[in-house]
Amino acid sequence: MIWQIELVVLLMVIICGIGAITVKDLLGAAILFGAYSFMMCLLWAIMGAVDVAFTEASVGAGISTVLFVAAVFRTSRRTKD
Amino acid sequence: MNELISIIMSKLNYWVYIALMMIGLYAIIAKKNLVKKIIGMNILQTAVILFFISLGAKKDATIPIIMHGHAAKSHAVQAADYINPLPHVLMLTAIVVAVATLGVALALVIKVFQQYQTLEEDEILAQLKEE
Amino acid sequence: MKTLAVFIVLLFGGLLIYCTLDFPSRGDPQAPANMHVSPHYIEHTMEETSVPNIVTAVLADYRGYDTMFETIVIFSAGVACLFLLRIFRRIEPETQLYRHIPSGITLRIAKGVEPPRESREFERIDLMWVPYDLIVKTSARLIVPFSQIFALYVIAHGHYSPGGGFQGGVILGASIILFAISHNLRSSLARISEKLAVLLCGLGVFIYAGTGALSIFLGSNYLDYGALSQVFGVDPVTARSHGILMVEIGVGICVMAVMVHLYYNLASAGRHDEGL
Repeated sequence: MIWQIELVVLLMVIICGIGAITVKDLLGAAILFGAYSFMMCLLWAIMGAVDVAFTEASVGAGISTVLFVAAVFRTSRRTKD
Repeated sequence: MNELISIIMSKLNYWVYIALMMIGLYAIIAKKNLVKKIIGMNILQTAVILFFISLGAKKDATIPIIMHGHAAKSHAVQAADYINPLPHVLMLTAIVVAVATLGVALALVIKVFQQYQTLEEDEILAQLKEE
Repeated sequence: MKTLAVFIVLLFGGLLIYCTLDFPSRGDPQAPANMHVSPHYIEHTMEETSVPNIVTAVLADYRGYDTMFETIVIFSAGVACLFLLRIFRRIEPETQLYRHIPSGITLRIAKGVEPPRESREFERIDLMWVPYDLIVKTSARLIVPFSQIFALYVIAHGHYSPGGGFQGGVILGASIILFAISHNLRSSLARISEKLAVLLCGLGVFIYAGTGALSIFLGSNYLDYGALSQVFGVDPVTARSHGILMVEIGVGICVMAVMVHLYYNLASAGRHDEGL
């Protein structure tokens, strides 16, 4: 567990997390959430949890993003807050 | 002063995970858009899973797949060589439950939009008061 | 509301940080989490189940009840989505778009007028019309079969490498979703219809619970795969390995069907006529 890599990925995770709830465009929030899921998967792979990282890569960065984009497509895209 | 710094350095990663959980919790409570609340819920879930996985890490240990496969009957398997597999098992279930909950939550969001034509919480409450 | 939210967040954050002062330090081999149950799992998995991947063995064999109820949770999420969103009445859409393929002309059919029949000359396109994109269609046609083979590989090799039932099932579902996005929702519905998806959901749970019931019929406890040695004709240790493979197949089928079903309902808001 090289702590430098882990620190950088943790920083990226926090930036993606704060970005996903702050942007005013819901499609952008969905894509940022996909990036957040993928950074989490990297973090778990660094910690040695390979099964969990595999599941999160396929479920979080794949299916979850597609479902969010489908739901945003059927509702509105702008938000005030 | 030195021992304060050593306490902080050893617990810093736990504090970062707690900060991530609190970001998610803040999004659930304070944001008015329903989709933002759902994103906050998912951030909270993945942060809790991250916290759990970090409990299973061990120094100088490898991933929980037994080396040398079927020839391992000749080598003794030491528990200190492999990281703890039990949090991984529990968190696999948690991830799959999270995506199931996400599916149902997004179905509810689509239904709410079809009924009220908006996704902001204050506008929905205003429409409810008029009825 | 925002000040209340900040106050709550700071309060809970402070409480949790106060609790972490008692935690063991990172990576300590003598931590209480690493001392009691997991050494038994690590040391005895090979000789009791002959599966090198400890996570798969614990998930499907030692903690098999949890995985069975998790499969039931996924199944009920699919059923809940069906109840919430699905509209069975056929609503006539206001306008439909048809394209005459040989000449490339797009026709807009208003309400009440009879639309042309689908044949080699006329095809129906979605209301959110995107241009006919050859690159996306061709590359999706290349990627989908290989990703399905990879998903089957992941399910079958869950014993020896990271993977297993969930991951393989999700990748299978994702390949079908890729096909539905790049082509039409209707062409995907023609291949994997809604009835087939819902039936496969139930079939996956049935395979998992059925393996447990088979163990009862053979005279042992529920979900005790050692009793399957009478069916397979091998010693109980290898029978446990085969039992793990059977339940992983059941989980994979259920997860794939639920992912496809969720996408069908969310992308078309229940109507199953036009999608993303």
